Amino acid sequence: MKFAVETVAVGVGAFLALLGAAFARDNMFAAHMWVLFFVLLISVVVMLRNVNFSAAKAVPEAADTSGYNDEVVKYGAIATLFWGIIGFLVGVVVAAQLAFPDLNIEPWFNFGRMRPLHTSAVIFAFGGNALLATSFYVVQRTTRARLWGGNAAWFVFWGYQLFIVMAATGYLLGITQSREYAEPEWYVDLWLTVVWVVYLLVFLGTLMRRKEPHIYVANWFYLAFIVTIAMLHVVNNLAVPVTFLGAKSYSAFAGVQDALTQWWYGHNAVGFFLTAGFLGMMYYFIPKQVGRPVYSYRLSIIHFWSLIFLYIWAGPHHLHYTALPDWAQTLGMVFSVMLWMPSWGGMINGLMTLSGAWDKIRTDPIVRMMVIAVAFYGMSTFEGPVMSIKAVNSLSHYTDWTIGHVHSGALGWVGMISFGAVYYLVPKLWHRQRLYSLRLVNWHFWLATLGIVIYAAVMWVAGIQQGLMWREYDEQGFLVFSFAETVAAMKPYYILRTIGGALYLIGGLIMGYNIVMTILGREREEAPIPGSQPAMQPAE
Amino acid sequence: MSDREIDEISGTETTGHEWDGIKELNTPMPRWWVWTFYATVVWGIGYMIAYPSIPLINDATKGLLGYSSRASVAEEMAAAEAVQSQYVDRIAQMPVEEISSHPDLLQFAIAGGSAAYKVNCVQCHGSGAQGAPGYPNLNDDSWLWGGDINSIYQTIAHGVRFETDDDTRFSEMPAFADLLEPEEIRQVAAYVVSLTGEPSDPLLVAPGAEIYAEQCAVCHGEDGTGDIEFGAPNLADAIWFYGETEDEIAGQIANPKHGVMPGWVDRLGEPVIKQLAVFVHSLGGGQ
Repeated sequence: MKFAVETVAVGVGAFLALLGAAFARDNMFAAHMWVLFFVLLISVVVMLRNVNFSAAKAVPEAADTSGYNDEVVKYGAIATLFWGIIGFLVGVVVAAQLAFPDLNIEPWFNFGRMRPLHTSAVIFAFGGNALLATSFYVVQRTTRARLWGGNAAWFVFWGYQLFIVMAATGYLLGITQSREYAEPEWYVDLWLTVVWVVYLLVFLGTLMRRKEPHIYVANWFYLAFIVTIAMLHVVNNLAVPVTFLGAKSYSAFAGVQDALTQWWYGHNAVGFFLTAGFLGMMYYFIPKQVGRPVYSYRLSIIHFWSLIFLYIWAGPHHLHYTALPDWAQTLGMVFSVMLWMPSWGGMINGLMTLSGAWDKIRTDPIVRMMVIAVAFYGMSTFEGPVMSIKAVNSLSHYTDWTIGHVHSGALGWVGMISFGAVYYLVPKLWHRQRLYSLRLVNWHFWLATLGIVIYAAVMWVAGIQQGLMWREYDEQGFLVFSFAETVAAMKPYYILRTIGGALYLIGGLIMGYNIVMTILGREREEAPIPGSQPAMQPAE
Repeated sequence: MSDREIDEISGTETTGHEWDGIKELNTPMPRWWVWTFYATVVWGIGYMIAYPSIPLINDATKGLLGYSSRASVAEEMAAAEAVQSQYVDRIAQMPVEEISSHPDLLQFAIAGGSAAYKVNCVQCHGSGAQGAPGYPNLNDDSWLWGGDINSIYQTIAHGVRFETDDDTRFSEMPAFADLLEPEEIRQVAAYVVSLTGEPSDPLLVAPGAEIYAEQCAVCHGEDGTGDIEFGAPNLADAIWFYGETEDEIAGQIANPKHGVMPGWVDRLGEPVIKQLAVFVHSLGGGQ
């Protein structure tokens, strides 16, 4: 009987959720437990339908001779796409809500609840699944070992999806800790902690039984990401629940210590989730897709250690000119500036890996996608240190420039490198000759790039204008603009930003179509990308 | 697998490692990268010596420049105040109605009042002072509590129905739902509408006029033009505060809303209140 224990465990979980709903001390907790109950109930039904009661006999599945656990990677790739499209869609909606406030549909779909839904969907659901899937794929390939822990990888995958569903439904119900990028309440945080520890064990276990003498650089980054996120998540979410049958908890921190804890977490979520993790992805998929060796082993060592040592101190730059003591602001700024070259080490290694194969930028849209990802990575890791300088920050802080900065990193770097990785992975995982269409990849590339450029450029203009308006004094020292006037001035930019986001979303939908067709085994008949056929190379 | 080999394209030696077909070149780190990294570190150390940076047991190092963000803000504020003090001091000395006879002070007070308005008043009265339902328009010449400069000063300084201020303006229209029949309230509402020259049912207006004379004229005046002594609005000017339909007017007669405006003098100080009064007075309706 396949998955018998697991099915029973999920059933018990559903029963506990039902008890939680019955004995809840507040309505929101009750509603959230009902959500959990139905999710688990559906899971039990699905699992029961798969339980095999006959005596064990050889199941003639498509024999996977690689000895790797690639099934979970397949699910991860699909989840990446699914949550990505949802996250981009919610992003377009919240952008439109800012331009047209009438689109705030109370109470569930107002901006206050939709915004964390967007950030969590793109960072943790889209980015997180991309990291889960690729880390499981990469660690197996580069250690020549199957994932450790048997079905533990499945637990990590489904447990993580449950976390996403509970977080997302909680936001819409109005359950939040109000900690940026860490909005889920205590019980969802505890669940994620369990899932994450198992993830760490699976990853470490696989590394331990590697058949390679050395650990590949991609795995250093993945491991740094997993370990640090565990630490950040646990410390930032230290809280005391009001009751074990209620949604509300109170943080262990207060005042400026709380602010610093939140930004220590928030900035390192960027540093270790969105930077280190995706650098791991870059270090595998760029050399594979380009077919060239990594540019510099020494650079990878130095920039890895300097990056992870320096990043963890940079958080206070989010609290310049606040109640945070001056010395902490100084350190936040200094460490951010020193972080510039360690970040660029990754960019150099990514770009220079193409040396000897630069023509692939022209001929291979997937390589082009990865290269633009690295280019945006370099751009935003330069912009970040610049913005951390106090003089710059006094203009940029609290403006839409920050939003533009985050999105050039998120859409440009995280999004594009993940798209590249998924485009690489899907034909391999489903044993297809090639993608359904490379030309659609090209469309995706241009739509997404245009979307990012519009988004980032508009937010620069908007943010700088906003900052200048806020600090505009007349010759007698009086404030010139009211805040409402600076909000009204943003409207055209907010509309343009929505258009940029919509282009990015359309690119994502094209990718979804392309990937589904690839999985179905279709191949679009189309003219090859010019120059991509070896026959067209001039003879030597 | 420690077979170091030479990569043909770059001519660089590999490290001899290989993972899933990926090799690594042993390229030295780019010099510009290393030196820029060193430069940022040296700059960082220099900055940390110059500015507060190292936490000690009870305090932190002060830095050679002796910078502190609190002191720096205080300095900027003091500099701004020093520039303005020549005007502010004179405004503080004189009665608010005298400001307009000094052109330089008038100009300063309007600018200062406008700035204070943008921070403190726009939330209710709107960024163009156009008001909103329940919040008066400050551009027109309809005033609940008087539109001369002293009355405006008094209203801003002490507010309306602002209970923590003993000098606040206070009046409360009774809830006529307790005193009149619903039918009578409808009649009064019809009469009030007719005061503005808008059409309304003559069958209701006639008895409404009688009730009005008995119940309402005391505050709102025989002709409905109101009385700023009681903050009783002018009912004949077709400017409505809580709604202009007959139903809304009837609702306000039955169960009146009593808006509150905070008094600002404790928060902003007299000179700023004077500037605000001059600014509001200048908007067009000042008397």
